Amino acid sequence: MSSPYAKLPGWVEYGLIPLINLAVAFLVAGLVVLLVGENPLEAAYHLLNGAFGRGEYLGFTLYYATTFIFTGLAVAVAFHAGLFNIGGEGQAYVGGIGVALACLWLDQTMPWFVVFPLAILGSAFFGAAWAFLPGWLQAKRGSHIVITTIMFNFIASSLMVYLLTRVLKPLGSMAPQTRTFAEGGQLPKLDWLLAIFGLDIGTAPFNVSFLLALVAAFCVWLLIWRTKLGYEMRTMGHSPSAARYAGMSESRITVITMMISGALAGMMALNPIMGEQARMQLDFVQGAGFVGIAVALMGRSHPAGIIPAAVLFGMLYQGGAEISFEMPSISRDMIVIIQGLVILFAGALENMFRPAITRLFAMQGRRAAVVAQTKGA
Amino acid sequence: MDDIAIELRGIDKSFGPVHANKNINLKVRKGTIHGIIGENGAGKSTLMSILYGFYQADSGEILVDGKAVAIRDPNAAIAAGIGMVHQHFMLVENFTVLENIMLGAEDSQILNKGIAKARVELKRLEREYALEVDPDAVIEELPVGLQQRVEILKALYRRADILILDEPTGVLTPAEADHLFRVLEQLKSQGKTVILITHKLREIMAITDEVSVMRRGEMVATRTTAETSVEELAELMVGRRVLLRVEKGEAKPGDVKLAVEELTVKDGRGVTMVDNVSFNLRAGEIVGIAGVAGNGQSELLEAISGIRRAVSGSVLLNGKPIEVTGHADPSELRDRGLAHVPEDRHHVGLVLKFEECENAILGYHHDKRYLNGVFLNIDAIRKDAEQRIAEYDIRPPNPRLKTANFSGGNQQKIVLAREMERGPDVLIIGQPTRGVDVGAIEFIHKRIIEMRDQGMAVLLVSVELDEIRALSDRILVMFAGRVVGERNPDATEGELGLLMAGVEGRKEAAE
Repeated sequence: MSSPYAKLPGWVEYGLIPLINLAVAFLVAGLVVLLVGENPLEAAYHLLNGAFGRGEYLGFTLYYATTFIFTGLAVAVAFHAGLFNIGGEGQAYVGGIGVALACLWLDQTMPWFVVFPLAILGSAFFGAAWAFLPGWLQAKRGSHIVITTIMFNFIASSLMVYLLTRVLKPLGSMAPQTRTFAEGGQLPKLDWLLAIFGLDIGTAPFNVSFLLALVAAFCVWLLIWRTKLGYEMRTMGHSPSAARYAGMSESRITVITMMISGALAGMMALNPIMGEQARMQLDFVQGAGFVGIAVALMGRSHPAGIIPAAVLFGMLYQGGAEISFEMPSISRDMIVIIQGLVILFAGALENMFRPAITRLFAMQGRRAAVVAQTKGA
Repeated sequence: MDDIAIELRGIDKSFGPVHANKNINLKVRKGTIHGIIGENGAGKSTLMSILYGFYQADSGEILVDGKAVAIRDPNAAIAAGIGMVHQHFMLVENFTVLENIMLGAEDSQILNKGIAKARVELKRLEREYALEVDPDAVIEELPVGLQQRVEILKALYRRADILILDEPTGVLTPAEADHLFRVLEQLKSQGKTVILITHKLREIMAITDEVSVMRRGEMVATRTTAETSVEELAELMVGRRVLLRVEKGEAKPGDVKLAVEELTVKDGRGVTMVDNVSFNLRAGEIVGIAGVAGNGQSELLEAISGIRRAVSGSVLLNGKPIEVTGHADPSELRDRGLAHVPEDRHHVGLVLKFEECENAILGYHHDKRYLNGVFLNIDAIRKDAEQRIAEYDIRPPNPRLKTANFSGGNQQKIVLAREMERGPDVLIIGQPTRGVDVGAIEFIHKRIIEMRDQGMAVLLVSVELDEIRALSDRILVMFAGRVVGERNPDATEGELGLLMAGVEGRKEAAE
């Protein structure tokens, strides 16, 4: 039997519907602002201005977006194989160890372009290792990946507290963090990129890991749609029984997919550690692993959707900070509410407006057909 | 003039660009059995879903007993006296018969009174229509034929005067189907109106008073059954003349290609599904396995093709063992010349969300031809897919179309093309024509026989007894996991039917 949802044109499916969902999310957020007793239009102005108004603001927006591209890709890769990796948070956190080790080892003797590749490998390795165990437990023992990855987030958190207070902290320091890296452990900013558009980056930490994120997005596209492994992953994601029939090894694909996903999440650590703070601090991930789930959901697990979705969430982070700065009665938590609403409408209630829109288009299509017929006659 | 129970006027329904029902007009006379026949995708199910309130027609009206009614949901349909027996039963498996019948018609929050009333009413219905069933039996313990009876009782309990049955015999043995037909006759004699949706011409001829034929969303003809023939109906359905019998010559069996020895398979709960089965399959012959669905045929196919692990026994492919009790690797078996067309093409044989060309390599994606190192060779994949599409007349001829958008027949052709075209030694086919339209059935049957004539060994499992008899050179009948008999294809349907029901088999085994 035909599906009740007819196929819509591409621009409606991937453009109009997400936009409508987003608009409704902001509308409801506006109501909340009104409830607090503030002017929603003013808040909207501060949000947009705070995210894009100046080169520096834009720099911050893209800095956050970089982080979310990595974690979004991590969730998306797993999702294509039917795995729901909630552990991006922990994998990114542990991935930081790889970055920190590379920097602590070579930052005083080597330039950044030597340290960077090693840090990439290190972050990917540690992130993958942290995802390996849940993947292996799922493949061999049937422990559900959603449960194990959540638990691994907590383990990662404890592990990092231990490392940052006992092992990686310089002697005599009071702060739970590594020492500050020398120049070799700091990534150059992309000031020239914004300068092309006549924008001044100011103090924004927008750095070369953004370019790495774009490369990673392209590689994920290649992996999923152009390699044999990606083909096997998608087969398993859509239909595990078809994968079994085709002779694909479920446990092998599960473990490999989780490791790739973990590696991508781990690479997120490059951005804050080498790109901004020049040291590894406690809790540097700041929920980016969870935002990645929303980004992947909004971007429909496609790199071309994940990049704009990541920029959107970057905008919410940066512009939201600006709102709470300019309008003191709106706390930073307000931004969490807006994010929640975006996730709710763009993710969970994705199909809410679809039937109405489909009907609208069906009606229009029929009218066009009738017109064509009468013209023909 | 006879009374009209249901009249449809100008029913029109589109799903986006798909025009599922085009200006349908239909009159069903009261107290008759009215057949609706058509290929898959002809729009029968959509039309009945509109009648039962699952969908709303875009335009047109429905008249029940001459009065226009608006059927917005199934409740409105029930209120109008329309009942439906779905192809897949809508029963709560761990409820009793009585509880299922009451479900949604409990009358009050406290069940005691309702139960007592339902019990009395059920007794009356059973007497009136000769539909005996134990009201306290749990559904999952009843055979399929009785479960269907519960569905019918459910509709009658809701005072349905018009009963719609959607493909009711798909899951029944020939004997159970005969019994169903007697029940329908009984309903008719009590003044009920029955609408029977099916794609089986034989059933239409056997039981209906009138028959309407649908083709591509249109109602193309209505005939009085006594004045039409199978040939005419088939032609109306397909829109051209169809060969209903398959032409085939004598089989010339060669070497044993597949030897199954004392194979036993259990399911996840430890229930024995295949019980000590042995047989040989030779090159150039088609062996058919007949049986009612759920008697171990599926598990047998899965064990041989390496998807399901067997408990004991052995299988030899070209004289070399398959690790059926260990980790048999389906892709290794493909390399060794075993191709498998699975019974469930929607979940196993195909990935419906894939493009056609992606499905055309499923299981053969290790083939060097389709790879450049770790990358897929997209050009080669699409080129091969286009060639298959041309050879097998797969429509629409677009290798980049989502597989879900192909009709059942064309989806099956995609699987068959993939599995047949590499010239395997052994071809295992489950339900080759389930959900496939008449035109494609003809093509698929011809192709299977061609493969046999080229020396392939074919193992065929089907719940369509007609198909088994038409294609097989030898027939094995399975019942409760065991092979209960072997017959020639010219065995009568009655004889095979008894074996399928386990009646003859038990006797044979006892002797």
